[in-house]
Amino acid sequence: MTTEPAAQTAGSAPSEPGGTGGGESPPSTSTSTGPRSKAKVSFADATFKNVTRLCGFLLLALMAAIALFLVLKATDALGDNKANFFTTETWFPNESGNPRFGIAALLFGTVVTAAVAMIIAVPVAVGIALYITNYAPRRVGDALGYIVDLLAAVPSVIYGLWGLAILAPHMNGTQLWLSQYLPWFPWTPLGGAILGLAFGLIRRAAPTGSSSVGTPITLGVVLGVVVSLIAGIADAPDDIGIFSTPSGQVGRSIFVAGIVLAIMVLPIVAAISREVFKQVPIAHKEAAFALGATRWEMIRTAVLPYGKPGVISASMLGLGRAMGETIAVALVLPASFGISVHFLEPAGNTIAANIANGFGDSNDTGRGALIASGLVLFIVTMLVNIAARAIIARRAEFSGAAS
Amino acid sequence: MATRIDIQGLNVFYGKFKAVAGVNLAIEPKNVTAFIGPSGCGKSTVLRTLNRMHEVIPGASVEGKVLLDGEDLYGAGVDPVNVRRQVGMVFQRPNPFPTMSIYENVVAGLKLNGTRKKSLLDTRVEESLRGANLWEEVKDRLGRPGAGLSGGQQQRLCIARAIAVEPQVLLMDEPCSALDPISTLAIEDLIAKLKSSYTIVIVTHNMQQASRVSDATAFFSLEATGQPGKLIEYDKTTKIFTSPTEKRTEDYISGRFG
Amino acid sequence: MSTLTAAPEGAPVTDKLRLHGNKLPAFALPVIAVVSVGVSLLLYFATPMDSEIQILLLSLLLFAAGQTIASSLIEGGRRARDRFATTLLIGAFLLAMVPLVAVLVTVISKGAARFDYDFFTHSMRGVSARDHGGGAYAAIIGTLEQIALASLIAVPFGVLVSIYLVEYGRGRISRTISFFVDVLTGLPSIIAGLFIYAFYLIVLGAPQTGFAGSLALIILMIPTVVRSSEEMLKLVPNELREASFALGVERWRTILKVVIPTALPGIVTGVMLAIARVAGETAPLLLTIFGNDSINNDPFSGHQSALPLYIFTEAQKPQSWAVDRAWSAALTLIIIVMLLNLIARFIARRTKV
Ligand SMILES: Nc1ncnc2c1ncn2[C@@H]1O[C@H](COP(=O)(O)OP(=O)(O)OP(=O)(O)O)[C@@H](O)[C@H]1O
Ligand SMILES: [Mg+2]
Repeated sequence: MTTEPAAQTAGSAPSEPGGTGGGESPPSTSTSTGPRSKAKVSFADATFKNVTRLCGFLLLALMAAIALFLVLKATDALGDNKANFFTTETWFPNESGNPRFGIAALLFGTVVTAAVAMIIAVPVAVGIALYITNYAPRRVGDALGYIVDLLAAVPSVIYGLWGLAILAPHMNGTQLWLSQYLPWFPWTPLGGAILGLAFGLIRRAAPTGSSSVGTPITLGVVLGVVVSLIAGIADAPDDIGIFSTPSGQVGRSIFVAGIVLAIMVLPIVAAISREVFKQVPIAHKEAAFALGATRWEMIRTAVLPYGKPGVISASMLGLGRAMGETIAVALVLPASFGISVHFLEPAGNTIAANIANGFGDSNDTGRGALIASGLVLFIVTMLVNIAARAIIARRAEFSGAAS
Repeated sequence: MATRIDIQGLNVFYGKFKAVAGVNLAIEPKNVTAFIGPSGCGKSTVLRTLNRMHEVIPGASVEGKVLLDGEDLYGAGVDPVNVRRQVGMVFQRPNPFPTMSIYENVVAGLKLNGTRKKSLLDTRVEESLRGANLWEEVKDRLGRPGAGLSGGQQQRLCIARAIAVEPQVLLMDEPCSALDPISTLAIEDLIAKLKSSYTIVIVTHNMQQASRVSDATAFFSLEATGQPGKLIEYDKTTKIFTSPTEKRTEDYISGRFG
Repeated sequence: MSTLTAAPEGAPVTDKLRLHGNKLPAFALPVIAVVSVGVSLLLYFATPMDSEIQILLLSLLLFAAGQTIASSLIEGGRRARDRFATTLLIGAFLLAMVPLVAVLVTVISKGAARFDYDFFTHSMRGVSARDHGGGAYAAIIGTLEQIALASLIAVPFGVLVSIYLVEYGRGRISRTISFFVDVLTGLPSIIAGLFIYAFYLIVLGAPQTGFAGSLALIILMIPTVVRSSEEMLKLVPNELREASFALGVERWRTILKVVIPTALPGIVTGVMLAIARVAGETAPLLLTIFGNDSINNDPFSGHQSALPLYIFTEAQKPQSWAVDRAWSAALTLIIIVMLLNLIARFIARRTKV
């Protein structure tokens, strides 16, 4: 009985992945309670309904207002801009009569730090969630889940403070090591992966071949890393990889900022993923075990596919947080401009951090310029959000909701 | 193919609670053996020990032996993964993997065992679905989600999934209790057919079903809640349903239980 | 009862069903572990690695690799993959706990330095760069007032929206609202600050006050409140509503008298978590409340301070006592946030039964 109301209201809640791709949702039965809904609606009843509806509309108005006022304030500054907003890497909006500023370097920094954060955080977070839900003994799992939930609530400014004071100095050794010994990263592993994929596909096309491409890709990546290591040990020329440092310096880099962000979003993604994995019906897990699956194979056949949409949306939430994170990044990055693919060098800035750092001492045009950059951030995070929904909706047919 | 099962002195525990005590039972190959008995008497529990599925439940443990063609499932060095490969299982509620298509559901077990060749998988899918009397109904929509089938079809899909890995034994825990009469009939027909190649053990609450499909019947019961369940009587189905030795069996079968 | 075909004890088992799997001998794992650590230590002294974390990482990697290779030779590929995954998952877990626990430990140990009476009774007024004293009184007051104001508006508003979505809404409008609630959930907090700046401060010409900060926090609170109370309302069994309708109670009364009270504990939990989240928000305050060294108890006029903002500004000062103050403020903030979380959990636990 307990599942009944949830299942019914699911029809009226479009956020549910169950709503089939864009079609009209079935008329909600839970809320209209049959014949008496049309009958006699008292004044108080109508008023209450209208108040709640008004709040709903106000929320839409708020959303529209956010977009509208950001655009409004941004356009003035953009009009004054003497440089191309999308390609310029520098930020001089405060020079009266000659404001020149562009989003390129900031957007680059935002995307790269967030990407570094996600590449590190998502696998680890999923690992943590899997460990808690499928490996740890029940009691231990509950306790750990609790800790993860609490860590997810730690304010980002605290991660920033820690990153600035503790992590950044400690990362220098690691960064030097990376720049010395993995100079061709990630190109060699990437090349290895591509070669592996090609090999796997060719093998699959052969009539007697196996359909697995995972193994050759893994082998390719490992080989790529080894090649890069050898290049590092042999002191090969090294200004191509993202870990190489032509300036010879490492420090408060995009890489370090990415790691701080990773640590910050990790508990968030892990907490949501844990919830998702906890929902996997025991029946599916048992089905996998009964087919003779090892624990890991059970996870691959039953847990991961079922949890995939949830993990994707958790990751997107994490990505949004990482891209929009202001303070942690503002405290860690040295706030320099320019696009550089050498991620270990002390340089870089992000949109949000730039707003926080620059807002205080900007003139009107300067603030308009910052608002314009904020608008870009707004649009990018919104696109991420929509992309996540699209991914989830596309998989809805094969999700648990279909059963 | 098909294997005999000898259960010797089996006790099963959930943590400290002894759920089943002292079961001795010899299950004949290529036979259908039914487990019947009142709710909570440990039918599912015994069934699960036949492929070590109880180990999935934290705290569950076993004493005694279960011999599969003379070999103890609980002997040293026996791998539960290998055991389940030989002893397949079908559950009360149909549980096809919701994220997989019909095709993928059937080949799930084969893929685990490392079969990757497309042509081989294709043949096995058809064989298994035919074996589960489902092929004609789904052959045109193998790529559709398995969860989109009717309950009875889903259950047959689960049976197809279980027999795709060619086990020796098939365990079924109330496979029809979530199904309508027509689907139930379809599954019963299927069981009669599968009997020629598999040793089948089925738990059921439905006396007619037990008498229809099974060759031998084991009646379990328990003195009181909190007491361990015990095997009361085990014999040919015709014998159990016509002239049981035990009074309790007779009471249960004639509906005079409790 | 059953005539047993007893397999003779100790007879060689044929294993034609292949139930047996080869297993790594018991000594294998410790040996691999010792070798991995040994090799890592060797590398540590031979190449210029200088961090303990690296040894840990390297040992872990070597252990995982060694175990996998050994296992795949003896136990076969599937077991090897299972072992590899298990090691990796546990490793990921341990590895992730290191920085996360380090954050907490650092905040507590460093925060203790200035976690004293003065800190909670003094503002930063007249504290010059070289002064050791100063405190977060003004910041704490500011934070509490701003959060209270924000909750006062965001909570009823959010709950009403969720009522609309669950009890009345259907079709396109409610789907649109629901979509934008999601979009708001992903809204970077600095954008909320920018919006309040552009709208409230510039267009409406209002001054920077604590209230302006509250407005920004409201925007961040609303989606969290809507989502959580929506979930809770959905959990209220439909029979309850129908029973109430059957007694002739009007819908709005049913909602206020039956549905909301039933869902209340859950809603309160969600609200506490929403408050805890915005309590740590820094970015929007940076643009809206300006910060103030002196005590300002009035959120509606004059600049105010706030704890997160205080941490941010103190952390950027070069003097060590400023950084000490930042850590103590961080500790204070964590305590506030954790308390809110604990209360929320307590309510949730007590009412779940
Ligand atoms: N996961 C579990 N943890 C603890 N005890 C359990 C568990 N599963 C079953 N039991 C207990 O073991 C005993 C036997 O249960 P079992 O499920 O085997 O009964 P059953 O004969 O299959 O009943 P039914 O006909 O209702 O399915 C019962 O007392 C039950 O409470
Ligand atoms: Mg049962």
